[in-house]
Amino acid sequence: MKRFRGFVIKEFYHIFRDYRTLLILFGMPAIQLMLFGYVLTNEIKDAKIAICDPSKDVVTRKISDKILSSGYFILERNLSTVAEIEPVFRQGDVKLALVYEPGFAGKLEKTGMARIQIIGDASDPNTANMLVNYASGIISNYLASANSGKAPLQIIPEVRMMYNGELKGVYMFIPGLMAMLLMLISALMTSLSITKEKEMGTMELLLVSPIRPSQIIIGKVFPYVFLAFIDACIILVLGNLIFGMPILGSIFLLLLESFLYICMALSLGILISTITNSQQVAMLLSLVALMLPTILLSGFIFPVENMPMILQVFCHIMPPKYYITIIKSIMLQGNGIEYVWRETIILAGFTAFFLALSIKKFNIRLA
Amino acid sequence: MRTILYIIQKEFLQVFRNKSMLPIIFVVPIVQLIILVNAATYEMKHIRVSVVDLDLSGTSRKLISKFQGSPFYQIQNTSFSYREAEDEMKRGNADMILQIQDGFEKKLLTEGRAKIQFVINAINGQSAGLINAYSTMILLDYNREMLFENSTPAMMAGIKSIQTDYSYWYNPKLNYKTYMVPGILVLLITIIALLLSGMNIVREKEIGTIEQINVTPINKIQFIAGKLTPFWIIALFELAFGLSIGKLLFNIPMEGSLWLIFLSASVYLFVILSFGLLISTITQTQQQSMLVSFFFMVVFILMSGLFTSIESMPLWAQNLDRLNPLMYFIKIMRMVLLKGSGFADISRYFWSLVIYACCIVSLAIWRYRKVA
Repeated sequence: MKRFRGFVIKEFYHIFRDYRTLLILFGMPAIQLMLFGYVLTNEIKDAKIAICDPSKDVVTRKISDKILSSGYFILERNLSTVAEIEPVFRQGDVKLALVYEPGFAGKLEKTGMARIQIIGDASDPNTANMLVNYASGIISNYLASANSGKAPLQIIPEVRMMYNGELKGVYMFIPGLMAMLLMLISALMTSLSITKEKEMGTMELLLVSPIRPSQIIIGKVFPYVFLAFIDACIILVLGNLIFGMPILGSIFLLLLESFLYICMALSLGILISTITNSQQVAMLLSLVALMLPTILLSGFIFPVENMPMILQVFCHIMPPKYYITIIKSIMLQGNGIEYVWRETIILAGFTAFFLALSIKKFNIRLA
Repeated sequence: MRTILYIIQKEFLQVFRNKSMLPIIFVVPIVQLIILVNAATYEMKHIRVSVVDLDLSGTSRKLISKFQGSPFYQIQNTSFSYREAEDEMKRGNADMILQIQDGFEKKLLTEGRAKIQFVINAINGQSAGLINAYSTMILLDYNREMLFENSTPAMMAGIKSIQTDYSYWYNPKLNYKTYMVPGILVLLITIIALLLSGMNIVREKEIGTIEQINVTPINKIQFIAGKLTPFWIIALFELAFGLSIGKLLFNIPMEGSLWLIFLSASVYLFVILSFGLLISTITQTQQQSMLVSFFFMVVFILMSGLFTSIESMPLWAQNLDRLNPLMYFIKIMRMVLLKGSGFADISRYFWSLVIYACCIVSLAIWRYRKVA
């Protein structure tokens, strides 16, 4: 036990001496929180539009005013012909063009019907879709107020947004960020730290020492459990204080689940380090094979339900997905273990599987 | 010149000798391209609805069948208690609850207006917004149909209507994949280039072989050129490979000139490789170098406009983004590939990259010292 303690202390020295790494490990959650919280939104604000209004009458002006005063759009350019749209789109600033038909107000008065064309630059389909929806929504609103009181048989939808009334993005990114950073610290850092001993040749020294191999591994991962836990707490506290991310369920359960996830990531890191011999390979493997799927296939940015069937199968073998589901359920819906026991068992299963595999692969003799 | 060629040869040998490096450099990115492009979609397809119909009238049934008929919705279950439906949502089995109160039809016919409730799981705010928009659209459609069936011309008199036509240029079907492929390609070549170059010199430092190179007559510039060229070639090759995969599998449009793409890519890779080099001159171990590169990469990627649009970022962030090489190159790729923009349209971004490259490579050369 004393030997083991000595080994752990050595590992801590390794980590604390390297102040650059520490700075990044603790600076990263803070900076990423700020990025996600303040910079990255998909909300549309001040999108640049071009308007082609050949009729320039009272009605078209009113509609344009409504659109421009909504806060979603700002006028970049007035066009005189439809042919000007193409070059304007190519330059890349204008995202939407609005074309009124000539004699708009007159037609609306006489026939009760007039036409507007909305053209979106769909090289960015997502934004184009939203912009077109917003613009047509504003036009429908204008129409509804112009017709108010005259239309019979109205069904009015009452919408209630559950768990996240203000549609804040923070509810999505904090769980995702936790999954990503814990994975980074636990899997990546441990796999690097073990392969480093191999690469430098010091692994040999450790193996011939009286410390048992299992103690080496546990001693290696122990400091990272500690670091990962601190990072998780930083995110939770900053998220709660700055962005108002609630923790409705039990904090104890939340930390326990995070601990389970960290163990899972650590065993994955150990597995990676047993099958590679150089840091470069270990790093590329963890980064390319773990990080991108953690970001994209876990429901962090893109919802899993919308993906094609085959990919959904892939998503189900991504451990972060279960962790994100669990902590969302605990933090935002206030659910207890009775709602998340299945995911918990799956995470535990992953941990056992990775551990068993790495024990089987672990070689006491180096090549 | 011959010296440079020897260094290049050595670097290539090192890369190709490492059996596990090759699949990582070539196979993994392609698999990722295929997987990620399919994964990255905001489209809502199977919105799972839990229906609570307490009215059970003709109107309410027709409305529900409207939802059922839409390809976006999938009726998960029907019940007569709101509590039950909410429990389904808590379990994560329903995205939306559609509730119709008792006496809905009667109220609609006698008072001329009646309410129904959409209760939406809004943990993912963006999806919730879309679900709301789709549902309202279906409801409006149904409402309009019902109006035409049940009303007389006299009731309709004096009601004006504006017909809005939409058209989506460059991507009429709003296929999100064609938008993502160019972006994800940039991402993949960036990761490979930055990590390879970032870890390269540090590795020599850590193993100690840098000493041997330092005592040779190779000068700074030769050394750096020799180190960077192989990765530059590998990354360019990977871009070409990725573009062909994109064309074959996703049928992405290639409106503009490919020469323009590769010209910009060469400049861009120069920026990224020198950046990696700079990182490797200021760090001591591979672990450090990896973390520093990872840190910058995450910030660059997130702010590059790959997943979220740059226009919706606050102004200070947009100004800060001028320092982000990924932003320029993703813009160039998308503009040239999807819209067929020419050199004049992208010149602003292109020259920014050129200036960037000059600055960062001189910084890297200045920082690199031939002493251990």
